[in-house]
Amino acid sequence: MDIVIDHLTKSYGFQKAVDDISFQVKTGEILGFLGPNGAGKTTTMKMVTGYISMDSGDIKIGGNSVRVKDMNRYIGYLPENNPLYHDMPVIDYLEFCASLQQVPEERMEEQIRRMVRVCGLDVEKHKKIGELSKGFRQRVGLAQAMIHDPQILILDEPTTGLDPNQIVEIRELIRQLGKEKTVILSTHILPEVEATCDRILIINRGKIVADGTADTLRKQAQGQQVLRVRIEAPSYQEVYDELGKLSTVGMVDLLDKDQLRFETQSVADQTSNNQIFNMCVNRGWILTEMIPFETKLEDIFRELTMN
Amino acid sequence: MMSAVWIIAKRELHSFFDSLVAYIMLIAFLGFTGFFTWLFGGDIFFRKEASLQVFFGVSFWTLFIFVPAITMRQLAEEKKTGTIEMLLTKSITDRQLILGKWLACFLLVGIALLFTMPYYISVARLGDIDHGATLSGYLALLLMSAVYISIGIFASSLSNNQIVSFLVALLIGIFFHFLFDVIASGTSGFISELMTTLSLSSHFESISRGVLDSKDLIYFISITIFGILMSEFVISKRN
Repeated sequence: MDIVIDHLTKSYGFQKAVDDISFQVKTGEILGFLGPNGAGKTTTMKMVTGYISMDSGDIKIGGNSVRVKDMNRYIGYLPENNPLYHDMPVIDYLEFCASLQQVPEERMEEQIRRMVRVCGLDVEKHKKIGELSKGFRQRVGLAQAMIHDPQILILDEPTTGLDPNQIVEIRELIRQLGKEKTVILSTHILPEVEATCDRILIINRGKIVADGTADTLRKQAQGQQVLRVRIEAPSYQEVYDELGKLSTVGMVDLLDKDQLRFETQSVADQTSNNQIFNMCVNRGWILTEMIPFETKLEDIFRELTMN
Repeated sequence: MMSAVWIIAKRELHSFFDSLVAYIMLIAFLGFTGFFTWLFGGDIFFRKEASLQVFFGVSFWTLFIFVPAITMRQLAEEKKTGTIEMLLTKSITDRQLILGKWLACFLLVGIALLFTMPYYISVARLGDIDHGATLSGYLALLLMSAVYISIGIFASSLSNNQIVSFLVALLIGIFFHFLFDVIASGTSGFISELMTTLSLSSHFESISRGVLDSKDLIYFISITIFGILMSEFVISKRN
């Protein structure tokens, strides 16, 4: 099932929380929803789940408008802050959620057992949710979202409060599930989207400011190739001059003259790797380092969302 | 497949019994009604007739206080902890949620009344009890509870503070319980008639005395439905 969001708008008073955004998520795609706090991520997700109404525009899930049809059977949703009944044992809670999502009686037990296993809740399954650590509560939240094996998963900050090991596990889990499901997950942890998502959507002040894979976003932001090189040669001046003569190199910067480190910026749409290597070979210099300098996602994010 | 209303009601009943609310409510209700029915003042033995009228009179007030105490957390707590979002993004409508909550409270009151069956049996063995009037007395208590539960759930939908919900429910309840009556006796003509019609106590009295009039039944049922619809309206305005 795919999700099509079409000119979606939502205002709170005079403030537009979501301002005329449109995008699609295909089946089997994991979309990372990125943005500063208050950018409209949660609002958009709440509209997809039908929890809050839209002002204008439309959301279609598998071709059905959520305005017309209740699509919650097909959606697994982990709300922000992961609200749970703390006085309920894990197993009872999962059974409650499964029956609300109309999991048939004969599949109920199997489905609950599966979720307990997948989310690593076996040891804790008879404890009350209130007695669990935050990491385990988060797993219960994920388990309840997926209990009816939904085709669509909407996860609002799924890894908050987890320790690094748990984060890796949960990411792995989402990746696996994402192969056959349509997933939207929001986060403001940038390495997370890179690690988990096929596509990134950055939104700021209710508008989409970037849309693409991590690589395409980098390319867009970066423009020219930047290489950091270190060359063992008799003098830095010589290297500096030679680098400057190369046709693909637009700019050379001396970073450290004792260690002979340089930063080169290639001219647009060209790479300099070949030419630098050949130059060293011809001159008998030793190329000890050549590192493509990547614009970090953090920088892209900051650039797009700083106001 | 279980209906969503029943799934909600079942969880809520479990939660009543897990959190001691149910036991406190049952013990307090039985203690109160038992004390005033059997032991204190103008109790059942001074009546010189085998009837449970004293018990119905005491319950009329006890339930008035107790019902808001069990309804106050129904939606307020869900709103406060955010679990209402988790619930309403499942395959369940706002109405099913409200009806489930209502049903759970109603069943709890029903259980409490069931525990007073020994009163009925005792009195029946002591004398010649009017079975019809007694049963319709119980019916009156159930109908009254239905109305107050509905009002209580509406009050609970307004706030995410349980105490506020409790007080609002009592405030609305007071009008139905006796203020409309007071106003009716202080006015005349149309207003007086309207107030008498709105007053719960007059409808309660006629049923609890054993007079089953469709007008009274319609009154209780329509106010219950109105309260449920109002709660649904409030919950649907969640953005």
